[in-house]
Amino acid sequence: MANRHLATDTPELRARWGSFVWTKENRAKADWHIAKYPDGRQKSAVMPLLDLAQRQVGAETDTQGWLPLPVMEYVAKYLDMPVIRVVEVATFYFMYNLVPVGKFHVQVCGTTPCVLRGSDDIIAACKKRGMEKGAVSADGLWTLTEVECMGNCATAPMVQINDDNYEDLTPERLDAVLDALAKGENPKAGTQEPGRHTSEPSGGPTTLKEMVAGNHDYRGQW
Amino acid sequence: MPKVTVDGLEIEVPAGATVLQACELAGKEIPRFCYHERLSIAGNCRMCLVEVKPGPPKPQASCALPAAEGQEIRTDSPMVKTAREGVMEFLLINHPLDCPICDQGGECDLQDQSVAYGRGASRYDANKRAVTEKYMGPLIKTVMTRCIHCTRCVRFSEEIAGVDEIGALYRGEDMQITTYLEQAATHELSANVIDLCPVGALTSRPYAFEARPWELKKTLSIDVSDAIGANIRLDSRGREVMRALPRINDDVNEEWISDKARYQVDGLTKRRLDKVFMRKRGKLTEASWDEAFKAIAAAKPGKKIAAVAGDILDCETMFAAKALLGAMGSKLLEGRQTGMDYDVSNLAAVNFNSTLAGIETADVILVVGSHVRWEAPLINVRLRKAVKNGAKVFLIGPEWETTYPAEFLGTDLAILSKLPKAVADAFKGAARPAIIMGGAAVAKGALGAGLSFAAKYNLAREGWNGFNVLHISAARMGGLMLGYAQPGGMADIVKAKPKVVLSLGADEMDFEPFADALKVYIGHHGDKGAHSADIILPAACYAEKDGTYVNTEGRVQFAEKAVYAPGDAREDWTILRALADALGVSVGFDSFAQLQNAMIKAVPALGVEGLADFGALPKADAKAKVEGMITAYLIKDFYLTNPIARASAVMQQCSAELLHGDNLQEAAE
Repeated sequence: MANRHLATDTPELRARWGSFVWTKENRAKADWHIAKYPDGRQKSAVMPLLDLAQRQVGAETDTQGWLPLPVMEYVAKYLDMPVIRVVEVATFYFMYNLVPVGKFHVQVCGTTPCVLRGSDDIIAACKKRGMEKGAVSADGLWTLTEVECMGNCATAPMVQINDDNYEDLTPERLDAVLDALAKGENPKAGTQEPGRHTSEPSGGPTTLKEMVAGNHDYRGQW
Repeated sequence: MPKVTVDGLEIEVPAGATVLQACELAGKEIPRFCYHERLSIAGNCRMCLVEVKPGPPKPQASCALPAAEGQEIRTDSPMVKTAREGVMEFLLINHPLDCPICDQGGECDLQDQSVAYGRGASRYDANKRAVTEKYMGPLIKTVMTRCIHCTRCVRFSEEIAGVDEIGALYRGEDMQITTYLEQAATHELSANVIDLCPVGALTSRPYAFEARPWELKKTLSIDVSDAIGANIRLDSRGREVMRALPRINDDVNEEWISDKARYQVDGLTKRRLDKVFMRKRGKLTEASWDEAFKAIAAAKPGKKIAAVAGDILDCETMFAAKALLGAMGSKLLEGRQTGMDYDVSNLAAVNFNSTLAGIETADVILVVGSHVRWEAPLINVRLRKAVKNGAKVFLIGPEWETTYPAEFLGTDLAILSKLPKAVADAFKGAARPAIIMGGAAVAKGALGAGLSFAAKYNLAREGWNGFNVLHISAARMGGLMLGYAQPGGMADIVKAKPKVVLSLGADEMDFEPFADALKVYIGHHGDKGAHSADIILPAACYAEKDGTYVNTEGRVQFAEKAVYAPGDAREDWTILRALADALGVSVGFDSFAQLQNAMIKAVPALGVEGLADFGALPKADAKAKVEGMITAYLIKDFYLTNPIARASAVMQQCSAELLHGDNLQEAAE
């Protein structure tokens, strides 16, 4: 969690992002989000709008996107709310990037269940490919971040890359995913374990076995 | 009215009270950091834990728990004791134990409460968190490593000041309190966060490392930087006033004071007049009291003597001057230095009748020609409260940044007699409508039109008087009560061609028309008045004399002397008393007590602390019309409105940095 900080407010940053405005589609989306809330409560839409802004920045820079200060100011103005309140939200949630990231933001879960299932090897594999925590790799493709639990403990270890989760990883499976991404392919999201669909017990059910084929009344066995 | 039991004592508490308030009603002390009576409830410091039955079998944050019928509250059980010790230990994990070099030391909530409720020793041996300093302007010094994240400062600036500029960035252990991009806090009440901060994270920058609280003599005083009469406490050491702090008075300043009231005190030791000066061959040279008095007597003023009262004068001084002039046979008294000549035959017409506390209950408010945020920051706080309760605020005058939703109707005073329909309808339907006439409107002669406005919309009704005049000078209401007003204002004084003009700390007046008169300046700062004077008699400022002040709502308040005046300076009344001898007349008092008695005999209302009764509003002249544009407000620079503030280095810096945007001159490194 540490090491999060706002990008320095420099003239270059202002020059690059000072003229940020919604694209036509994003403006429609932003207004749609705002319309969800009653009149005068438009600031409730700050979170979806920040996400939208981050995605637009991402589209413009061909990365996952991030939130430069002028963009946060734009969102604040768009919602007629104080900038500091927008910055509070943006700095609170980990999903908002405060500094530039690569095209693929590899977020490796480093919480207990994933550690037990080998997330240290996953991080080592990432580092071996030249990724560095909190930095953009030389080719501009990768940013590595270690994050806390993403709620995929049943399929640990996992990484989240941009909008998709890749689970049941081994260093080899991770390499395959990352290679595919680097080639511009769309690797299958979710579990990478052959034969597993989602988070069902791997190797078949261990409890409630009678329920597999059809409905079963367990009440007599209580 | 729920009944609860606190430590075995059954009490009845008001509906809506919290458990913490119930405990306080029962006389129990509940430690707290984030809870503050005047701010919203945050419940994040967890220091106020108590045991409550019925409820989950764990300690509960009493500040955020409503008191309910039949609750059994314990503040003395072992669970509460260990809970407090635990919370305190957690709070201290990341708090540096640097009390010896911390300015909050001796008046620190964390220090006091860790002594009272803590474990006594730390078990934490890992590294502590460190946070970089944040710049918050020339008034607030930050040591953010000490911050315990109570968010009082965030809530204050958002809720009370209405200027969202302080926020909590990041989360959890990394949380940091800062302003956006570390810009200076730029509102008039910013320094109140220093009082609110329960630890030494936000301390006073001008007062940094100046004194410890236990070395200071505390004197109860009244602020003179505006006409609110905020209750303050002057902390002095030796002959110097070190700082001013607010006192709690719900009717006047609640718990806040403006930055000017707080930080102009360093001006008390700068640019002081501490010797008698006389103009000889065009140059001011040192002289003795005798010489000066002889020179004034030699002018043989007789009836041709006038007195002009300054803006920060106490009533006693004004009465002493009035007595002196009366003995000479003159009635040339005036306090409205800038030449205003509104009618003062009925003081209710120039008073803030709604009262400061009352204005927050108004539901429609029209502000005419007043930059309330600068002229009376604490009334702006009240207006903000009113708006939060649903009031509508309309303003006539050039636009300024209100801290609440408000509508500017334009700068034309004629709007007053021809309101837009929506506004007129709002006033017709209002239960407690109010108008606030500012100096800029009154100077244009809008008082009559304001009164007819009040009559038209029935502003003064049973139990409510919505007609208000907002003065900007602390001496104004007192001066008017003592008759410091000519029908034609300063012009009448000029017309009378006085031989001697006593300027009682009057710095805003125009001395040019008095070129032929002997101009005697009795005041404390080498400001505009002293520059134009022929004779300067050094006097005492508000911190250096006892005195009565009347604020803009007609509230009589008494201030005490905190320190002695520097050098040869004397309390004003003694100077006027000695001058009476020099002029060979008798004023009828030889001591301050006699002076005060004589004053109270002349104006009985000045003898009673509290609101003076000025009676009902005068009958309005329905034909009263006013025309003209309000092009500017009376105050051009919030931080430099009186001679003390103008002499203050802190106020000058605030003015340069916050209002004029000059970059701070950084020391060459």
